[in-house]
Amino acid sequence: MPTVNIDGKKIEVEDGLTVIQAAERLGIEIPHYCWHPGLSISGNCRMCLVEIEKQPKLQIACNTRVAEGMVVQTGSERTKAAQRAVLEFLLLNHPIDCPVCDQAGECKLQEYYMDYDRQRSRMALPDKVRKHKAVPIGPLVMLDQERCILCARCTRFVDEVTKTHELAIFERGNHCEVALAPGKTLDNPYSANVVDICPVGALTSRDFRFRARVWYLQKTDAVCGACANGCNIEIFHREGRIYRFQPRANPDVNQYWMCDAGRLSCHGLQGESRLLEVLTRGTDSFAVGEWESAVGGLASTLRDPAGGVAFVVSAQSPNEELYLLRRLAARAGAMVAGVSWSPADATGDDFLVKADKNPNTAGLRLFGLDGGASLDAVWDAIEAGRVRVLVLHRSDVVGWASGASKRVREALERVPYVAVLDTHGSETAQYANLVLPLATYAEVDGTVTNHAGRVQRLREAVPPPGAARAGWSVLADVVARLEPGLTIASAEQVFTAMAAEVPALAGIDHAGIGPHGVSVRA
Amino acid sequence: MAERLLLRCRDIPDLRRLDVYRAHGGYAQAQKALTEQTPEQLVEMVKASNLRGRGGAGFPTGMKWSFLPKQSEKPVYLCVNADESEPGTFKDREIMEDDPHALLEGVLISSFAIKCHLAYIYIRGEMLLGYERLWTAVREAYDAGLFGKNIFGTGFDLDVVVHRGAGAYICGEETGLIESLEGKRAYPRIKPPFPATHGLFGCPTIVNNVETLVCVPHIVGRGADWFRSIGPEKSPGPKLFCVSGHIAKPGVYELPMGTPLREIIYDHAGGIPNGRTLKGVIPGGASMPVFTPAEIDVPMDMDSVQRAGSFLGSAGVIVMDDSVCMVWALLTLQQFFHHESCGQCTPCREGTGWMHTVLERLEAGRGAQADVDLLLNVAGNMMGNTICALADAAAMPTRAFVTKYRAEFEEHVRLRRCPLRVPGETRAHAHG
Repeated sequence: MPTVNIDGKKIEVEDGLTVIQAAERLGIEIPHYCWHPGLSISGNCRMCLVEIEKQPKLQIACNTRVAEGMVVQTGSERTKAAQRAVLEFLLLNHPIDCPVCDQAGECKLQEYYMDYDRQRSRMALPDKVRKHKAVPIGPLVMLDQERCILCARCTRFVDEVTKTHELAIFERGNHCEVALAPGKTLDNPYSANVVDICPVGALTSRDFRFRARVWYLQKTDAVCGACANGCNIEIFHREGRIYRFQPRANPDVNQYWMCDAGRLSCHGLQGESRLLEVLTRGTDSFAVGEWESAVGGLASTLRDPAGGVAFVVSAQSPNEELYLLRRLAARAGAMVAGVSWSPADATGDDFLVKADKNPNTAGLRLFGLDGGASLDAVWDAIEAGRVRVLVLHRSDVVGWASGASKRVREALERVPYVAVLDTHGSETAQYANLVLPLATYAEVDGTVTNHAGRVQRLREAVPPPGAARAGWSVLADVVARLEPGLTIASAEQVFTAMAAEVPALAGIDHAGIGPHGVSVRA
Repeated sequence: MAERLLLRCRDIPDLRRLDVYRAHGGYAQAQKALTEQTPEQLVEMVKASNLRGRGGAGFPTGMKWSFLPKQSEKPVYLCVNADESEPGTFKDREIMEDDPHALLEGVLISSFAIKCHLAYIYIRGEMLLGYERLWTAVREAYDAGLFGKNIFGTGFDLDVVVHRGAGAYICGEETGLIESLEGKRAYPRIKPPFPATHGLFGCPTIVNNVETLVCVPHIVGRGADWFRSIGPEKSPGPKLFCVSGHIAKPGVYELPMGTPLREIIYDHAGGIPNGRTLKGVIPGGASMPVFTPAEIDVPMDMDSVQRAGSFLGSAGVIVMDDSVCMVWALLTLQQFFHHESCGQCTPCREGTGWMHTVLERLEAGRGAQADVDLLLNVAGNMMGNTICALADAAAMPTRAFVTKYRAEFEEHVRLRRCPLRVPGETRAHAHG
């Protein structure tokens, strides 16, 4: 365990750590372009040159392992001169087209220029090397070779992480350029990660570019809901509108990456198909209802169902909803089918993408909802006339049945009272007597449990649209009417209640879940 | 030197044939090394000889060998750096074309010393004749049992592969060479780790220059003391000097290490022809700082040249007479480094191109006074700040040319043309 002195601060770190990592622990940022914790060390950008005592030359902090007694200066005059020199070299042939560059505002060239350089260019404009601009290199990625600083992060990503080798560096010297390998397109399932790791505006997102200036956007930590992996993400949003997802580092889940499908799933969360109102069935059409009376109606129906009750709950639901649904079903004496449905053609891979397209299948297991009735058993019970009330929670049972939906439709027609709680409109909702609009996972506080049994936090990034409400809050209201005296005012309170009841969650404090989640026995 | 050792091909016709080579004592040193010595003894002998690498860096060969791990589960490789491409350097080429067995014998002894069983000779792609003659020699040696299994009945096995490069200066940088040999773009590797522990295919690897390895059989034959007695003790041995440019008798000269530069130019190579006078001389290939006529009394060995402010490098002595425009000369060099920079490290990728652009402007009479200092500044920003030495190789000549011939650079700015321009000539220089 060597002790290293960086800028006068001492820290003891484990063997093999590099100077750049040790400095990070001390809260000292050593500027860098090519180094990325998820990729091999390349050492080409030379931005992280630092002065190390007893070494005649400046050393790159990314490839220098700490040694006992090492004294590092990250801001000495020599270091500053080298940083200025490297930035001057990097900007020499750069087009400086920030006003029309989508990277502006999150560009390391801009940031480091302001932090470490601030000199005028000594290169005459006509002398600049010209290269190709705005070249689409894949469905999600646009390449601008002139802005590229040749840090080789993207080429290392396709070589080391996806091993698909679509990108390479061609030519030599200042004519070097990143380009597609012959016959290739950047269309691997993780292609857009190269946009995230590109420190400059060379690789921009065809999905996001020119839609918003990043400095107007806020970001909220979240978990992707597109599959059971639960990749950690940041949701970028503004005034209630979601603009993009980007991966958030979690060494135990997704490292630094996310898949393209998960990234694009941000678009499905908002839009025309969202349920925006409480709807109650009139004689031949739906009428817009009020939450108060709708919740009261549902509660009284469950209190006195005058027949059998069945719940269908899906793995799309956060833990808090599953817990309250279980509690509600128990009180109503309902049969419960916990369903983790994925399209028949859903596939996974050996990296991040799971074939299970639900964020909380492990949650179903956690609450014992996977071992209940099967969906077929629910249809059997309906056909046998044993079900009078059917609650469909985030369960588009008609959509799930796809081509073979005749039995499902007939069953739904036969049930006297169908309540649908969901985020998006569906054919299933057409059969409902009551439709309650719910918030998506980008709009609620709560937790989900990923495939490996990691409980991770959801946060309300944007408010639910229209009259939509957080599922936990709707269900808590219903439960409260059946259990007088119970008050639940937050997702945190739901978590506390379920942590007291579910052995796997025992001892887990909602506030202590932390940014990387907590592993439980699911 | 009375006896030529590295250039025996000049004295013995058809030396490239195995029968001729053997008739003149060829492979006797290899047999002696393999049958009478242990690998450890050979490493010690080479260490004791003070043999230093002839490729350009001058690193002690025995010490390099001793950096190999003592125990390795991975195979050890020897890579012969035959990618001779430093401008002004053409010594290894003659050995490979006319005395290939001398190299192969050096490879055999050195491989035995470092416990290598597969040696690669990475030869510059343009040297087709040398490539063909090396392969012919390798086949002859295999047929004679000098390569392959159980060499000299010692149980030692060694295979040799001759690999042609595909045309880039950077492939001569030892880790660039390794990358290229692995089939990759020849980006020099960050160090550590060094090739001695993580080299070719991640295995312990020694990269040695052709001339270096050709010295090894002679050290085995005559002893470390003999080798150390030639020239200065810390930088000894016979040495090949490549003399080119404005010189009466250009060519490769085998002389003792430490022979004064003046003697090489005026006594051995016949001096400056056509009644011209010396204007400058690059002592060690294009990368090394130029000497003015006042600086040529330097002994040509690694330490002496370094003390005088340049480097022996590859011993490529490039002579320039007073007809040469030094701005044009530097422009020519920088054109080369710009073309050959691999583009990996920022300072070299951008700096070589920038210096080239500024020099084009200056040479054409379109430069400004500030450009002269700009060149020095850019060179300073490149020096020592990159993965390999190519940035230094471009920066050092810039510093030396601009510092030592500054008036000529400034005259280009003042006159808005080359002062050496002959009226009526379109090119500034007859040899341009």
